[in-house]
Amino acid sequence: MNSYLLKRIMVLIPVLIGMTIIVFSIIHAIPGDPAETILGQKATEQSKQALREQLGLDKPWLQQYFNYMGDLLQGDLGTSIRTKTPIAKEIMPYLAATLELTAAAMLFATIAGVNAGILSAWRQNSWFDYTAMIIALIGVSMPIFWLGLMEQLLFSLKLHWLPSIGRMDQRNPVESITNLYVIDTIIAGQWGQLWTVIKHLILPSIALGTIPMAIIARMTRSSMLEVMNSDYIRTAKAKGMPQFLVVYKHALKNALIPVLTVVGLQTGALLGGAVLTETIFAWPGVGRYIFEAISSRDYPVIQTGILIIAFIFVVINLLVDLLYAAIDPRINYR
Amino acid sequence: MKKWSSLALAVTLGTVLTLSGCGGNNNAGTEATTGSNAAATTVPESSPEAAAQQDTLILGRGGDSASLDPAIVTDGESLKIAHQVFDSLLEYKPGTSEVQASLADSWEVSADGLTYTFKLHPGVKFHDGTDFNAEAVVFNFTRWSDPASEFKFEGDSFDYYDSMFGPDGSRVIKEVKAVDATTVQFTLKQPQAPFLQNIAMTSFGIASPAAIKEKKENFKNEPVGTGPYVFKEWKHNDSITLDKNPNYWKEGLPKLNKVIVRSIPDNSARFNALQNGEIDLMEDLSPDDLSTLEGNTGLQKIERPPFNVSYLGFNFKKKPFDNVKVRQALNYAVNKQAIIDAFFSGQATAAVNPIPPSLWGYNDAVKDYEYDLDKAKALLAEAGYPKGLPDPVTLYAMPVSRPYMPDGKKVAEAIQADWDKIGVKTVIESPEWATYLDDTKAGEKDDIYMLGWTGDNGDPDNFLYTLLDKDAIPGNNRSFYVNEELHSLLINAQKETDQTKRSGLYKQAQEIIKADAPWIPLVHTTPLLAAKANLKGYVPGPTGTEYYSEIYFEQ
Repeated sequence: MNSYLLKRIMVLIPVLIGMTIIVFSIIHAIPGDPAETILGQKATEQSKQALREQLGLDKPWLQQYFNYMGDLLQGDLGTSIRTKTPIAKEIMPYLAATLELTAAAMLFATIAGVNAGILSAWRQNSWFDYTAMIIALIGVSMPIFWLGLMEQLLFSLKLHWLPSIGRMDQRNPVESITNLYVIDTIIAGQWGQLWTVIKHLILPSIALGTIPMAIIARMTRSSMLEVMNSDYIRTAKAKGMPQFLVVYKHALKNALIPVLTVVGLQTGALLGGAVLTETIFAWPGVGRYIFEAISSRDYPVIQTGILIIAFIFVVINLLVDLLYAAIDPRINYR
Repeated sequence: MKKWSSLALAVTLGTVLTLSGCGGNNNAGTEATTGSNAAATTVPESSPEAAAQQDTLILGRGGDSASLDPAIVTDGESLKIAHQVFDSLLEYKPGTSEVQASLADSWEVSADGLTYTFKLHPGVKFHDGTDFNAEAVVFNFTRWSDPASEFKFEGDSFDYYDSMFGPDGSRVIKEVKAVDATTVQFTLKQPQAPFLQNIAMTSFGIASPAAIKEKKENFKNEPVGTGPYVFKEWKHNDSITLDKNPNYWKEGLPKLNKVIVRSIPDNSARFNALQNGEIDLMEDLSPDDLSTLEGNTGLQKIERPPFNVSYLGFNFKKKPFDNVKVRQALNYAVNKQAIIDAFFSGQATAAVNPIPPSLWGYNDAVKDYEYDLDKAKALLAEAGYPKGLPDPVTLYAMPVSRPYMPDGKKVAEAIQADWDKIGVKTVIESPEWATYLDDTKAGEKDDIYMLGWTGDNGDPDNFLYTLLDKDAIPGNNRSFYVNEELHSLLINAQKETDQTKRSGLYKQAQEIIKADAPWIPLVHTTPLLAAKANLKGYVPGPTGTEYYSEIYFEQ
């Protein structure tokens, strides 16, 4: 097990180096000069030239890459061109905000998706099955932007149940310690604020979680259908076990592996791909951070941001692989 | 599994990168949907707590600050916040581009226009408790002008200082000297007429030398000035919190206890938040939401005076646009009012001159080329093209939304249809923004290009010289328009220190430009804001930077 883990971690290194090459090449292939886009029309030629020199943009491509890798290996994640602040310092609150939103969205997506999938499989070809799968189909193809604005209209403007934007009530701000406000309010014992923070999480996590929920529901259903037809389930049913236990205890455990894979991949995707949700709900997350960096050609932020997300992504995948072994004793890594 | 993860990784990366290409268009498609649905809603009645907390303003804007040190930025969003934390020696009278006293109570100019002596307001303190005095002014100007300054931190560039007072090697300011604690003297190498206008810019806000020395590169995240509000906290891409400066040197200000400025990128979401009472004031209301706003008694509309211009520029390097008759003909063939009605919801005025009417020196006597297709055809015939132009014209239309031009492509299509009527075929091209700027600067691909400008310092020089003088080639004069008479007028206006005389020179310049027709001035837009109906004391400023110190809520 340990040697397996070590091997997997060793494999991460070439993957991440490959990532740096891909990201670096793509960024430098997009036309546009950061000195021009960042400093704008108002800046003088001299200061633009100074910026290019300072960023090393006047150097050959390969040299730029090796400089970047050299800094990276020394633990220097670079400095944002636009804000002139070290990225390592700047990115933490964004990551925390995204992490909190992703966790909430995946919690919603997994609970709703897995249960919908199980019930659909259990009652295959029933009205529930059809309805759930149609909803899942709509869910997969839902434009998040539209969904988010409709949620705001209904739950904020019409019903006044939930706040429309942001992470907390700005008139009564949360003291941030970890930048994960749910945890911060619990540490501080501020239960009223905790409730406010959760209320702020509901709309964006539904918007963000809808697509993964639909995918998870469909995956769970098909995986469950396969398992439900297997011999050991028939045996369990035959010995008179309650239906509920057959489904949720025996069948679900074996059906869960492909579902777990999807949950892992979707979590990774949400971490980097939540730009739209973060935009509509004014959520200060890492997706918007990188997105804005792309518009202003803030090379260091794009490179480091994507690298960090890629790193988290591969780590999540590693964790999912390790979880397989925990769920299914037949899987044993050597 | 490995295949899966690398594939998904590629997809994630792809999504992020593709989104950057289409992000700008997201707003346009969705606004229409919300507008009609929200028509009946009103602001919820404020709860008792809310009524007691009306000393806090929450403002929603589209972007975030890049940095809080005004000297190292040129973007409006950053300057907006700096404007609350810092004071400059002079300031613009609220709502105008006229200069008035601020940290300097009074000033004197020598007869040769080379020496400016400022008398500073006594007893002013920075937020950190240190004294504001002549030494502090000298410290700041030295920091900006000395390329070897130890307080020019990694990544810093003082762009506005360079562009307003000349880059290193050709600085306008020779020396800044503290005569005594409250007198500071500037010596210039040559007279600079917009000098006072420049000094009043937010970028030249005076920072606490002690704080800069202590915080070093962190100063841009924790600014310390003399302004009405003290910086408290910055949550990037989320909010900036400012507290009242209890020792502010202007009596009775600021009126509010706290200002929170939130970044809410989507226009519709921002308007939703205003209607839901989560914010009190919002910038950049989409004209589509205007009817919803007007139907809601709990809200008010605020208009910012137009201080920008959008225009089509002719590329003089391309034939037949070196011919003034052709340029005039095309000027006659643009229906500006129809464009304003169709694409600006009326929130714009037709542009006649290159400078907005709210700017001093604007020439009212210049009459626009009215929309008249017969005159256009006649002029084309005089130029030797009785049947219209033989070759299609390449028209560059802006791919991005700007305050002065929300949707360049649609406007270009309307103009294309107009020109078609006089026999001028147009091909619209709209490359990605960074490429667009490169191409138009080179002037090889475009025949006519669309662009705009927002004023920086409330001086006509900042429009006319910056955009139309021969000195601005290559650079902002993308028309490659050269007129020696205009050049000498603009240079004289720079040296002249008497504003009435300068005003006269600029009026003459506008007549020359009208006759030469290097541009088709299109519109000056009126940016819209929306606020709770009981918000008072907010005076929208033309440059987009306002003092929040006079704002209060009526109970």
